Order: sequence, then structure tokens, then C-alpha cells
Amino acid sequence: MYGRKVKLRFFFIVAIILSVILSVFLVLKSLEENVVYFKSPSDIKSLGKFGNEKIRIGGMVKQDSIKIKSNQVNFIITDLKSEINVTYSGVVPNLFSEGKGVVAEGYLKDKIFFEATKILAKHDENYMPPEVKAALENK
Amino acid sequence: MLYSFIGYYSLIFGLFISLPIFFFSIKNFKTDAVLDPKIITFSFIQLFLVIISFLGLVFSFVYSDFSNETVFNNSHTTKPLFYKISGTWGNHEGSLLLWLVVLTLFIFLFLIKSKGLLKKYRILTLLFQQIIIIGFFIFLIKSSNPFNYIFPIPNEGLGLNPILQDPALAIHPPILYLGYVGSSIIFSSVLAATTLDYITKEWAIHIKSWILISWVFLTLGILLGSIWAYYELGWGGFWFWDPVENVSLMPWLALTTLLHSIIILEKKSILSSWVIILSIATFTLSMCGTFLVRSGILNSVHTFANDPERGLFILIFLFILIFISLFIFFIYHKTDNKVSNSFFLLSKETSILVNNWFMMYFLSVILIGTVYPIFLEVISSQKISVGPPFYHKLIIPFLIPFLIFMAIGPQLKWIKGGLEGKLNLLIFFIISLLISFFIVKNFKDNFLINTILIGSAFYLFSITIRDFLLKKLKNIHQNVAHFGFSLLILSILLNNIFSSELITNLKVGERFKNDKFEIVFNDLKKFEQKNYVSFKGNFLIIHNQKKDELKPELRVYNQPNIVTSEADIKTNLFSDKFITMNTVKNEEYFNIRYQVKPFMIWIWVSVLLISLGGILSLNKKKYEK
Repeated sequence: MYGRKVKLRFFFIVAIILSVILSVFLVLKSLEENVVYFKSPSDIKSLGKFGNEKIRIGGMVKQDSIKIKSNQVNFIITDLKSEINVTYSGVVPNLFSEGKGVVAEGYLKDKIFFEATKILAKHDENYMPPEVKAALENK
Repeated sequence: MLYSFIGYYSLIFGLFISLPIFFFSIKNFKTDAVLDPKIITFSFIQLFLVIISFLGLVFSFVYSDFSNETVFNNSHTTKPLFYKISGTWGNHEGSLLLWLVVLTLFIFLFLIKSKGLLKKYRILTLLFQQIIIIGFFIFLIKSSNPFNYIFPIPNEGLGLNPILQDPALAIHPPILYLGYVGSSIIFSSVLAATTLDYITKEWAIHIKSWILISWVFLTLGILLGSIWAYYELGWGGFWFWDPVENVSLMPWLALTTLLHSIIILEKKSILSSWVIILSIATFTLSMCGTFLVRSGILNSVHTFANDPERGLFILIFLFILIFISLFIFFIYHKTDNKVSNSFFLLSKETSILVNNWFMMYFLSVILIGTVYPIFLEVISSQKISVGPPFYHKLIIPFLIPFLIFMAIGPQLKWIKGGLEGKLNLLIFFIISLLISFFIVKNFKDNFLINTILIGSAFYLFSITIRDFLLKKLKNIHQNVAHFGFSLLILSILLNNIFSSELITNLKVGERFKNDKFEIVFNDLKKFEQKNYVSFKGNFLIIHNQKKDELKPELRVYNQPNIVTSEADIKTNLFSDKFITMNTVKNEEYFNIRYQVKPFMIWIWVSVLLISLGGILSLNKKKYEK
């Protein structure tokens, strides 16, 4: 009986170790694939090459830059140093307006043109996303 | 003025009451006598003072006393009374005061409700709880005083963020906090029980009701937040894997795991170390929740502007508590060698334990997804965010075995059970798979995983219904909760697969048509309300020859000057029709989003059922006694 018990415990420990290794592997792999990087317009300007991955761009919506058409909204994100044109067809959050902070998620078409799939909402009108604050402070 | 004054001084006096509580507790601890009634009296006085202080703040809000900084920052004279009151806890200072109210309330209830138990254990629990209470007192008074005085007194306040002026969100924080703070009692009690080596069946039964209470409140609190996000944020979703949501889900997972382990401890007196670790984890995660939400470290859509220094205090306090608890765990805890520790492969406890590990896995995934961006920013100043695909990919596949174990586990016996004569379980599974095959037949993406997943959820669904019919009231609490969970997963999956939406920009009088819907923007009306101006749109939606009229609303609040959009939702048993509109730069175009979301109502109902399971379990113990 003792032998059986030890065997069972051994089996248990091996199973746990294997599953821990497996899950760590899965988590890391999936992190690598699903992380969205945050960039400011200046970061993008200094970017050597860019791939097809989803990124977030943060900054301020430039004054008098919002243009709305029947199927899309166009605007410019600026960090007061560089600018990037954004086109977006989707819902804009309530606090989206000129001169306010904004974070857009989507894909870069080229260095000055960004196609957003999502504009992030914030609950607080005084709130500036930390990324935007940092981007604005670094200017 | 007066109310703030009363509030502030009762807070200070409340802190000093901790002194006599400590004094009498330690004195009483050493003697053999029964619990000194003075301890209960002083606990009551402390609770009373904290409540007075809280009421002081409530009245400052009700009477719009703008000499109080918290009121000035978060209220306005034109705000409806209900939101003046709910504004009390809609901000950092007030919400922490509410934490303190619940902390003192729970320890007082604990002292009253634990009469039959070991005296030393009761006193020690009180002392551990007092450490937490003192920590919060100091935190409140030093860095988040809700009664700060401003001079000269402003005539008008800054107003409450309109997005928070909502009935669901008005009661969301108190309910959620009852869940969060409830875990503090579990934490203190586990530390006391470990120190005294009092982790027994009797203790398990007693602490189980506290676990159930916090669990039910936490579940309801998350539900309220989710419902609010659904109709107020205008995205039509109810869960975004946002860090602030994750920090409420993590303690929930830990607490659910704890709830299941305590059942094993109660029945078989094993797994005591696991129970201790989970209790510590639950409270730590609840504290982390408060810390992360309030510190401004997280980049979340729900983040409110706030102050990092406060976060630092909570962090230090948290480390002290973790240090104390780990110290107690390693020094005092004796492993349960008295009882045989062997597990058989097929038994109720094995299946509970397996799902315990699955829940721990889900928890770690969420923890990594939430913390990793902070970690990476600190070490490499790269800014990243982890999106829903990460969580979906790592959690959804593992839901399959999780659901199957949930269905089979309750069918097994304690200690050692077999699957002999349980052929019908297999038959049920095959039928469920077939049904789910027909549901997702026409759906192309991820066909295989969807079939198996819906099949497993359907399996749990049908097994729980069968049990309900066969066993009637036996184990009804567990059955209801598991049934609710299967319904939740089913509704979420079907909702995800069969949702459809239309997004467009329209002017008044225009129409838009795509392959599914036709949408007509009929007119726009303006109404003046007490603290906002409302613009109500009138939309006609034509879908399969059926016409629906929906009236979303835009509110322009006067103080603070913010626009919010109120969705119009038509709910029936099978689907929700959801529409929001928004302005862009005050131009003629309105940004319209129309969605058809199947089975939305069942998501809410299922969570209610899950908590009903908890409530049933609480009451079951009453009539069995």
C-alpha cells in the first residue's frame, strides 16, 4: 500500500509541475502576441520600420482638426511636436473633443496616417491618460 | 460646517477608542474568564462614532456645505437629493470612510455572532481586525481626510461626474465594499485561528457564513458595475477586461475557491493550509483592488484623476499586513497530519480541488495581464496594454474541463466514488454536444472550440436541471449556483456569437441601410431638466419588416460641463436592442451605434442566480441547526 501511495504522490507532483510549466509557457506566448504598445506621434516619427501590429497612439486632439462625414471621423493627434492623421469609423466617447487627451487604438498605414479601430473613453473630464501626460511633458 | 466638525471629531475619537479595546482585550486574553463585555461595548462605541462621522459627511452633502472640500469637489446645489447622498461615497475620501464603516460594523457583528466559540479566538480576531481598522483610521485622517475645510467658502460646488449620477452606480460601491471588506473578517479570523491552532470543523462552519456573505455581496457588486457599464458607457459590452474590472474579479475568484475549499475542510478536516493561503490572498487582493483603483497607477478606462501618494500608503500598509500574515502562517501553522491525507482520483474533493487549481490558473492569468504592464513600465519604460484577446485565449479553452468537472463533481461521493452506473452522464454529454453542434452549425469561425465549449456549458446546464428534478431540494444551493454559472457561460457565448451592430454618422432626417438593418433618424427634441439639458433623438429601426422606435438621449450637464449619452435599450427575453448617439464637435452629424445583443437579460439573471445559491446556502445552515 505504501508503494502505491508514494507512486500516486509522485504522479501528482509531476502532473502539477508539468501543468505549471505549460501554463507559464502559454501565458508568456500569449502575452507576446496580444500586447498593445503605446506610442506618441513623436515615437512614430522616429520609428525605423513598422509592422502590422495593433498599437495605441496617445496625445491631444488638435484644435479645429475634427472632421465628421457620414461614415467616418477624421482628426489629428498631436503631442505638440509631431502630428498624426487619424481616421476612424465607429463610436466616439463622450469626452472626445478638441484640445482634450485622447487614446486611439488601431493600425498604422504609414508614418502620418493611422486607422483607428477604437477610441478609448475616460470617465473624468480632468483626466489625462498617464501616457499622454508623459508624452506632453516630454515635449 | 457643523456636520463636518462633528464628523471629523468623531473620526478622531473613533481612533482613540482602539486604545481601550486593545487594553481590555489583552487583559482579558490572559485570564480564564468569559469575554469581557467592555470589549463589545467599546467596539460598539467605535462603530457608533464611525457611523456618526459618516453621517456627518452625508449631511454635509445633503445640505451642500461647500466649506467641506470633499463636498465642494463632488457636489452641486442643483444635483438631485439621491445623487447628493450617493456622492458621499462616489469619491476617494468618502469611499474610504465607507470602508471604515463596514470594517467596524463587521467586527462588531462578528463579536455578537461568535458567542459559542473559543474566547481567545474571538479576542485575537478582534485584535487583528483592529490593526486593519487603525491603519484605515490613520490613512483617512492623514492623507484622505473627508472633512478638509476650505476658506473662503465657495458659493457653488464643482459637481459630481455625471457619468456617476446613476442609480446602479449609486449603490454599486457600498455593495462591492461589503464584499471586499467582508474578506477582512475572514483574514483576521484565519490569522487568529492559525495562531491558536483552532482550525477545526466548528471553526469552518462558523467562518463559512462569513465567506458566503462576502461572496454574495461581491458577486452582486460586480454585477451592478457590469450592468452600469453596459448601459452607461455606450459600448454595449458588459466586461472589457479592464484593470479596474479585473481587480474586482480576482478577489471574487479567490473567494469562490475559498468557499469550495472550506466545504472540504468542514467535511473532511483537510486542506487547512490551502484555506489559510486563500483567505490571506482574498484580503490582499481586495486591498490591492482599492490600491490599484485609487493610486492612478493603472491605465484604465475607469480611472479617475487621483493622487499617487495615497497609493503609496496603502501599498506600505498592505506589505505590513502580508508580512504579519506570512509570519503567522509559517511560525504557527501545523499541517493536518491527524487525518489521512490521501486523495482518490474520483471523488468529490478531487473534483473540487481540480477546479480550485483551474480557478487559481484563471486568477494568475488575470493577475499577470493586469500587473505586467505596470511591471514593464517600471523596468523598461515601455508602455503597453493587454487586451481582451489575451484573456480570451488563455481562459476560454480551460473553461471546457472546468465546466465538465463542475457537472460531474457533485455527482460523486466524498472520499471515494466511482463512475459505475453513471453511464447516463456520458449520454447527457453526447446529447449536449449534438445540440450545440446545431446551434453553431452556421457559424464559421472557431467552429470546433465553440461547439465543444457550448456543449460543455449545455452539459452543466442539463445536469443541474436533471438534479433539480430528481433530488428536489437536496443540495439546492449548490445546484442553483452551478446552474446560474452554466447559464452565464451559455448566454455570454451565444451573445458573443450572435451579436450584430451598425455604426454610422447621421444628420436629422437622414436614413442609412445596410444588409441587415435600416435606420431612420426622425427628429431631435430638446428638454430642460434641473441640472442638465436633454436632447432626445427619435430613431426608427427596420429589421426583418419589424419596426422599432428607439429614443437615445444626450445630456449636457451644467456642472461640470460634460456631455453624456444615455443608451435606449429595448429588452425582451431573447435579445436587447441597444442604441446610443453622440455628438462630435457640435456638428450636424450624430454618431450612431445600434446593436442587437441576444440573451443579454440572461447574463444578469444568471449572476443573480449564482448569488441566490449563496443566499440559499446561508439559510440552509440556519434551519439545520
